[in-house]
This record gives sequence, C-alpha cells and structure tokens, in this order.
Amino acid sequence: MSIAAVRHRLRVNPVACDGFGYCAELLLEIIDRDDWGYPIVGTDEIPLHLLELARRAVRDCPRGALFIERFPPARRM
Amino acid sequence: MTTTESLTSSGMQDTVAAMRILAAWARTGRSDLGAHLTTHGPAPMPSRTDGAWADHLVESIRAAGLTGRGGAGFPTARKLDAIRAGRGHPLLAVNAMEGEPASRKDRALLATAPHLLIDGAILVGRAIGTHEIALCVANDRHDSAEHVRAALAERAGAGLGDPPVRLLRPPGRYVSGEESALVAWLAGGPARPQFRPSKGAPLTIRRRPVLVQSAETLAHVALIARHGPQWFRSAGLPDASGTSLVTVSGAVDRPGVYEVELGTPVGTILRRAGLEPPLGAVLVGGYGGAWLHTDVLDTPYAPGPLAAVGSAVGAGVLAAIPASACGIAETARIATYMADQSAGQCGPCVLGLPAIARDLAHLARGQGDRRSVTGLRHHLDAVDGRGACRHPDGVVRMVRSALEVFASDVAEHSRHRPCLGWNRRPILPAPQSPVARRR
Repeated sequence: MSIAAVRHRLRVNPVACDGFGYCAELLLEIIDRDDWGYPIVGTDEIPLHLLELARRAVRDCPRGALFIERFPPARRM
Repeated sequence: MTTTESLTSSGMQDTVAAMRILAAWARTGRSDLGAHLTTHGPAPMPSRTDGAWADHLVESIRAAGLTGRGGAGFPTARKLDAIRAGRGHPLLAVNAMEGEPASRKDRALLATAPHLLIDGAILVGRAIGTHEIALCVANDRHDSAEHVRAALAERAGAGLGDPPVRLLRPPGRYVSGEESALVAWLAGGPARPQFRPSKGAPLTIRRRPVLVQSAETLAHVALIARHGPQWFRSAGLPDASGTSLVTVSGAVDRPGVYEVELGTPVGTILRRAGLEPPLGAVLVGGYGGAWLHTDVLDTPYAPGPLAAVGSAVGAGVLAAIPASACGIAETARIATYMADQSAGQCGPCVLGLPAIARDLAHLARGQGDRRSVTGLRHHLDAVDGRGACRHPDGVVRMVRSALEVFASDVAEHSRHRPCLGWNRRPILPAPQSPVARRR
C-alpha cells in the first residue's frame, strides 16, 4: 500500500479531555474550540503537511485524550 | 388487530388473543411459576447444550426478526452472532435498570412475567455458552428486586436447579442503564458510560466479552423458543415484527404499561389508554426521544414510520401532554433533569446541557427572544455528538423536536408572551433531587 493511500484523522476521547486546548493551538487550521474551550475535532482527513504536528499534539496532550486513527480502519488479523 | 392491555390498578381487562408477555398476568392475575407454566408451558431447555441447539435458537431469533427492545433496536441475532464469534468466556448482563422516568415497562415485566425473563436469560446464556448471568435491577427499585428474588427462589424450590442468575443492584441513575455504564459497574468501577473509539468493538470485562440484553428482549426470546419465528411474526409488521411493551402516561385516563403490536398507530394506543382530548403533543421514546405533533398522531408505532417523522421507539414511552400544558415548560424541566443526570465526564455534556436547560427555562418564562432561540440552537449544535455516550444526543434530539412541534408557542414566548399553561403543575415527572446534582 502506498503512503498516499493511508489516511488519518484526529479523534478525541471526550472522557479524558479536559479542554486544555494544546491541540487547538498547535493545529489551529483544523481544530477549533467550542464556547467552553473544548476542542472540536472534525472527521476530515488530516492534511499530509500537518501530520507531524498532529503527532506532536497527540504526544503533548496533558490528558492523553487526543489520538490519530487510520481510516478506513486497518483490517484486523 | 390492536392488542393492548392495561396494567392499571383498576384491574384486568378481558384477555386478548395476541397478549404475549402479559398473557399469564391477563389470564390469571398471577405471576408465579405455576401461572407461568400453565400459560406458556415449560421452556424448551436442551438436556445438554450443544452447538446445534444453540445455532437453532439463534436462527429462530433471526428468522423472527427480533430487535432489541432497550432502545437501540439492533437485530438481536446479530448481537448473538458477534458474541459467539468472539474469544473468551462471555458474561450475560440483563438490563432491567429502567432509568427512564417515564418508563415503567421493566417494573411491569418483573412484576407480571419474571419467569419469562429468566427463561430467556437462561436460554441466551446457553446459546452463547455461559452460566454467568447478571440480572441488573437499580438499587432503588426494591419491589422489582423482591420479584426477582421470589422468582429465583421458586425455581430453585421447584427442583429446576439453581438458576445461574445473580441479582445485582447498580445505582439507579439515568445513565447507569446505558450499556457501557452497566458493564463498567460490573467490572467494579462507577456506573459511567465508557468512551468506545470504534462502535463495533464488544464490551469486555478483563478481556471477557459481555453481552448486554434488555429485559424485554429476553422475554420475547423465551416465547420465540417455545412458539417459533412464524408465530412471532404473526403480530406486527414485516420489517418490525412482534409486540412490544409501551408505557403510556400523561393526559390519559388509564396510564400504564401496554403490550402492543408494532405498527399500531400511536393515536390508537393512546385512545386505548383513554386519551383525554384535546391533546397537545406526545413525547415518544423517552426523555431522549422526540415530540410527536398531533398532525401525525396516526403514525404507526414502529421504528421505520417513527423515524420518518423524526421520532423513534426508544425506551417504549408515550407521554402525552394536554393542549392546556406548555410544551416548552415541560421540555425545560426534562432538559434540567437530563443535565443533572449527566455522568459528568465530558465537557460539552457537563457544560452544554445546563446551558440548554437555562435557555429553555428562560424561554418558558417568556424572558427569551428570537436571539435566545438562536443561542439555544447554537448550544444544541455544539453539544450534539460530542460526548462519549448518546445522552447529550438524546437531549438535543428531544429539544430540536420541541422547537418544531411547539413552533408557534416558541414564537409567542419569544415575543414575551408565554402561554397561560407555563406555570401550571407539570405533567411529566422530572425528579429534581439535590443528590442528583452531585458529581
């Protein structure tokens, strides 16, 4: 499978998320914050040029609430 | 064609041929093992469980078209397929929690047909290969717990062997009956919904898959096992087969739990319960359901037709409010209750639901204006789909339907002209306990 065929999107675990907003700061092009400061993470694919920043946002989230998932989901063995 | 019966204290009605779950109660007024066996006969338990028997039961359930009666309406056979295809020794959790304030059907089921439920639980337990069955009744439902204890004791005493069913008592809050919350509690934690990154993944407790089934669904299984899928399909619609328990309340003479054929027009069900005209609107499905306009009162009570008018069967609730009530005030009280019942885990729910409730209360009192309605819609959009569970989504659906169904009231209230009914005694129960506000 070529690199271009693998798509990723951002997901947030709403239970873990406490609305710190580090992710929205790093990824201001694709993450917005709602009236209460919680990140609005869309279902669109992460643009390739932001993928590295997205990985950093995942690492830097104080609650470990952000994660990246492939879609369509990888086939399970 | 309509087959409804009332369980109000005014006594039994005449037996109607298609009474199924409520048949023993309707004919004998009793719910003990004797009445159960006289009415339904013994459950077809195999002498030893084998794969062929289990396959046959699952195929019967599939052919019958049974869908979950807990609210999600998922095909039961497919849920069984998933558990049987998985690894690990499963656990069966029976959901008789009934956190929905306007629902009484689980209580009615446990009071009138506990043995059908227990039969169904044991049958499904065998089909998925487990002897561990947790029957979950909320810790504030003492009568229901007593009914279960009595039924289990009867079976043990009748030489049917010790039923592999344990009565457990999770906390009685609205969300503790949510599937993943129930499993979280069974795993030893608080009864709060879990975040599930992929909807298809099974619920587990320390790697053991858990099958959660609503109590009413299992009662239907007990009947399908006896009478077969064609019998089950002889009631209802081709794509919504069988009967279902519905709690009818509010502006009706004879509130109670009825067993209805799926596909019966909503208005017909209400009239059998003694609808007191003029009707204002009906809340269908529960507090996370949707309001139904009187214009479409004859919508068949079934998933497809209700979805077509923005509604859903949900928890089997039909709560009617009279034309003299204020739909916005009722909605505001429900929204306040639902905000209090948040598990308190997700920001948009914890903060958004109270904002929605405040907006509605404002509007109900006639203090809001068109901007407040816009603000309310903005809050609804902000909350929808942003929690770990469907609790906020249900509130959003219910409130959006209120804005549509009560549109003319909304318009008047926005002009500081609340209707005369806004401060009357409320119709729908929304317990406002100080304890409920604690997180």
